[in-house]
Amino acid sequence: MNALRRTTLCVLAIAAVSAALPAAAEALDDILKAKVVRIAVPQDFPPFGSVGTDMQPLGYDIDMAQLIGKELGVKVEIVPVTSANRIPYLQTKKVDLVISSLGKNPEREKVIDFSNAYAPFFQGVFGLKDIKVAKAEDLAGMTVGMTRGALEDLELTKLAPPTATLKRFEDNNANISAFLSGQVDLIATGNVVAATIAEKSPARAPVVKFVIKASPCFIGMNKNEPKLLAKVNEIIAKTKANGEINKISMKWLKAGLPADI
Amino acid sequence: MDYTQLRFGELLPYWDVLAKGVAFTVALTILSTIAGIAVGTAGASARTWGPKWLDNVVGAYVELIRNTPFIVQLFFVFFGLPGLGLKLSENQAAVLAMVINLGAYSTEIIRAGIEAVPRGHVEAGLSLAMSRMQVLRHIVLKQAFMKVYPALCSQIIIVMLGSSVVSQISAEDLTFAANFIQSRNFRAFESYFTAALIYLVLAILLRAALKAIGRHAFPKS
Repeated sequence: MNALRRTTLCVLAIAAVSAALPAAAEALDDILKAKVVRIAVPQDFPPFGSVGTDMQPLGYDIDMAQLIGKELGVKVEIVPVTSANRIPYLQTKKVDLVISSLGKNPEREKVIDFSNAYAPFFQGVFGLKDIKVAKAEDLAGMTVGMTRGALEDLELTKLAPPTATLKRFEDNNANISAFLSGQVDLIATGNVVAATIAEKSPARAPVVKFVIKASPCFIGMNKNEPKLLAKVNEIIAKTKANGEINKISMKWLKAGLPADI
Repeated sequence: MDYTQLRFGELLPYWDVLAKGVAFTVALTILSTIAGIAVGTAGASARTWGPKWLDNVVGAYVELIRNTPFIVQLFFVFFGLPGLGLKLSENQAAVLAMVINLGAYSTEIIRAGIEAVPRGHVEAGLSLAMSRMQVLRHIVLKQAFMKVYPALCSQIIIVMLGSSVVSQISAEDLTFAANFIQSRNFRAFESYFTAALIYLVLAILLRAALKAIGRHAFPKS
C-alpha cells in the first residue's frame, strides 16, 4: 500500500516536473548542455585523491573523473571534498557525480544511486605487528582509530564489542596522524591507505588484522537520474573492456583490476 | 525518503549522544576556565610585578598563542607532542590546549586591569607596611578583576564556543555529537541547527551564571 502510494506520488511528481520544466529534468542533459561535469574527488586519500606538489589534485579518482569527462565529451570541474561531506555535496547539487572512493551500503543507497564498480578496495582493521587481533570480537578493551562517518565507522559501531573504544576522527589525515603519533595502535581504514602508511613510515607499518568489508568503489549520483546512470555505466563498461581503467589501476594501486570488478 | 523535508524527530534516537556532548562541552569549559584564569592571573602578575626577564618570557608566550590559530595549537598538543614523548589522551589534550589559549588571552585582559589601578593605591598599601604580595592580592588584583570582569566574561564565552574544534581530535563534545548524528542520518540541517541552538542556550546560561558570580564577588559598595 505504502509502496504503491509512493510510486504513484513519484509518477505524479515526475509528470508534474517534466511538464513544467522539460529541459531541467535530467542531469545528463544539463551536463551536456553546460559542457561541464562537476565531480567530487577526495583530497586527503592517496592514491585515490591527494594534492600534488603543484597544488593540483591527483590520483585514481581524478584520472577516473577525467576519463568520464573525456567519454562524455565535456570539461571536468574537479571539486575536492572530505569523506564526511561528499554525500551532502551531492544532495545539495554542488556536484553531479561523486568519484571519491565511495563504498556502497544500504543507508547510502536510500539517499543516492550508484554506478557499477570502477576500482578495487577493501576496508579492514590494521595495526602494529605484535598486536593480536584476528576478528572484531578481539577488539574488546582496545582502542581503534577511524574516520567518522566512513564505512569502517558504521560497520565497527555494529561489530565491535562494547568494551572497545572507537576514536572517530574528523578526516582521514587526522586518523593517520593519530596512528603515526602513537595515539592509537590500531587503525580502521582502507587497504591502500595502510599501504601508503607502511611505505612512508616503516617503523609503524600497519599490518592487516581482519577485513571488515571488501567493498569496491562506485560512482555516486543523485537518485532519479536514469539517463546519467545508464551513461556512466556504459562508460565504465567500455573503458573496462578497452583497458583504460586497468591502466589507471596499474598506475595508482600497482595492481590490475581483479576479476570480480 | 524526501530530504527536502525537515524531520527533527530523526534526532531522537541520538538524544544520548547529544546529552553526552553537552555535558562534555560544559565540563571542558568550566575546567579550562578555572585553570585558564589562574594561568592568566599568574601571567599578568608576572608581567606587571615580576622581574623584567619574566615579563619577556610571559610576553613571548602571550604573543605565540594569540598569533596562532587555536586548531593548530590543539593539533600540536595532540599529534605533535607524542613526538617528544608526551602522549596525552584527546580529553587531556583538549583541556591543556584550551587552558594555554585562555591563559594567554586572559593574561593580557587582567594586565590591562592591573595597569588601570591608580599608582597611589599601591603606594598607600606599601606605606601601611603591607608586603608587595599583600598589596598585589588585596589592593591591585581585586580592583583589576572588578574593572576587566566584563571583558573576561566575553573571553570565556569565546573559549566555550571555540571548544567546538576539539571534535577534530575525536574528543566527544557537542560538535562531535552533531557531526556524528549528521554522518549517520544525513540530516545536516536538523543536526547543526539543533547544535547551534544548544550552543546559544549554553552561552546565554553561561553569561547569566558569570553575571551572578560577578554580582556576588564584586558587590556594589
